Amino acid sequence: MRILHSGSAGTLESSDVLITVERNPAKGVVIELESISEARFGNRIREVIKETLKKLQVEDVKVRVQDRSALDCTIRARLTAAVFRAAGIEKYPWEELE
Amino acid sequence: MKLVNNAAGREVPETIPGIGKLEPFQGAYARTPLVRREKGSRTLPRLNKIVDTLEQAILKCGLQDGMTISFHHHFREGDYIVNMVMDIIANLGIKNLTLASSSLTTCHAPLVEHIRKGVIKRIYTSGLRGVLADEISHGLMDTPVLIHSHGGRARAIETGQLSIDVAFLGVPSCDLYGNANGFSGKSACGSLGYAIVDARHAKKVVLITDNLVDYPNTPFSIDQDLVDYIVIVDAIGDPQGIATGATRMTRDPRELLIAELASQVIVTSGYFEDGFSVQTGSGGASLAVTRFLRERMLERNIKASFALGGITSQIVKMHEEGLIKRILDVQSFDLEAVRSIGENRYHTEIDASYYANPLNKGCVVNKLNVVVLSAMEIDTEFNVNVITGSDGIIRGASGGHSDTAIGSGLSVIVAPLVRGRTPTVIDKVTTVITPGETVDVLVTDHGVAVNPRRPEVLEKLKLARLPVYTIEELKKKAEKVTGTPEPLPFGKKIVALVEYRDGTIIDVIREIHS
Repeated sequence: MRILHSGSAGTLESSDVLITVERNPAKGVVIELESISEARFGNRIREVIKETLKKLQVEDVKVRVQDRSALDCTIRARLTAAVFRAAGIEKYPWEELE
Repeated sequence: MKLVNNAAGREVPETIPGIGKLEPFQGAYARTPLVRREKGSRTLPRLNKIVDTLEQAILKCGLQDGMTISFHHHFREGDYIVNMVMDIIANLGIKNLTLASSSLTTCHAPLVEHIRKGVIKRIYTSGLRGVLADEISHGLMDTPVLIHSHGGRARAIETGQLSIDVAFLGVPSCDLYGNANGFSGKSACGSLGYAIVDARHAKKVVLITDNLVDYPNTPFSIDQDLVDYIVIVDAIGDPQGIATGATRMTRDPRELLIAELASQVIVTSGYFEDGFSVQTGSGGASLAVTRFLRERMLERNIKASFALGGITSQIVKMHEEGLIKRILDVQSFDLEAVRSIGENRYHTEIDASYYANPLNKGCVVNKLNVVVLSAMEIDTEFNVNVITGSDGIIRGASGGHSDTAIGSGLSVIVAPLVRGRTPTVIDKVTTVITPGETVDVLVTDHGVAVNPRRPEVLEKLKLARLPVYTIEELKKKAEKVTGTPEPLPFGKKIVALVEYRDGTIIDVIREIHS
């Protein structure tokens, strides 16, 4: 999937996460993580982000993650929505999403 | 027998066989210098202990470098006294003090500067919160803070392990001779249970009030015969921070779910019978248990003999409608409790030693049937942490947690299984405040676990078809949702010692790197 412009999903409510994705003019995935769970779950959150991007076949992207202690499933869902919005895709292949 | 002429001109013996040495009368004022100096004349009518400024009171007490000073925390987040007194002490250039407050809250952030400048060298407290807690967790102090329970503090003071040189006690109403209570005045806080212990045992006692009333200020909680000096100031606290109108019942559906399940546990545990006694700790779910218990009590025509502890509007309401016969109050949480302790004959103020000192001749936690307590973390050994947060930073208080857990017949811990993405039920708690061997039941929003030490309770809950699991099962449920947390980045330095109520060290808190 190709990132065309910036897209975001989520909120700053407790137990949610606000994720913003935009084009990365350089190559690769850049994750900017701000989380109150950083000490104990920072690595896990980065892992989930990378796995999800891989599944969505997104390669060059900047991801800004403002986490308020969201669970993995929430992070996946918010990131997926943000990527779809950034790629300008309005139809979601519900059956194929986990 | 040798006789001498005494000051009244009478011949009296200096010794009598079978009694021993006797002191001849030396004049009416000679042997009571304190009374005489203060009184000047026996007939002086306006005898009082009021000094003009706090600074004068501190100097008159002879406060010096290295001494121990104490405070109470009945004004909670609204306290002005600690910061006010510490600023003046700092200006006087006194250093290396030990600060022994019954607890400290977020409003005590200014203490950080006094620690940096060497005014405060050591701290004893039940709890720490906010900026002060954050700085201490990051290694602010050279000597570790000593965390005690409410009962443990009373024990330390009464046994002399903690010797207080000067107690600075804010009081919401006071007369000119030192009779003070907590339930009247603009800064009313209700019970002065923690302050009473300090007043009894400190070498010097300074009362600070914003409400001077006519003598004698009866009924009093602090007696005039314990008080050295009185200072009048504009305000001792912010009423907004001291107490809310009435503690609101939580609307959080998860907390209500936990509370309802906890009340079912209590009802089926075997402890729910006419004349039972109960304490509910602070925290939404814990307070809400009271409401559900009330319904069951009405249904079955059961009355409680007493409610103990931090008292709230819910307890007062049940007392006034006859469901709870007596209230024993060491700390009044809201204005309804403050009103009640002033008005209700059987809403009785108790001090921290009566409440929970394990070494006196009988503290009331020993008479408690059921206690409901909250937890930040609980581990598979049922150990409970209520002091360090999921980030390893101190953000809580030991309070009466360990005191009531061991004293009660049934100690019930209420907590959500998961907070945010932080599991509450884990392998090993960050800090042990209450040892698992004194904890009986854990109630979460995903089920109940009973300590294997209480098989008879487990049987009863199973018979009632409550959702019972082993604590390992609850731990696995939690981890399935959150994933496994990485260990916290603690350093080597010990920033706090956690004292169990008997004076032994149950755990340490280390410096956090974050």
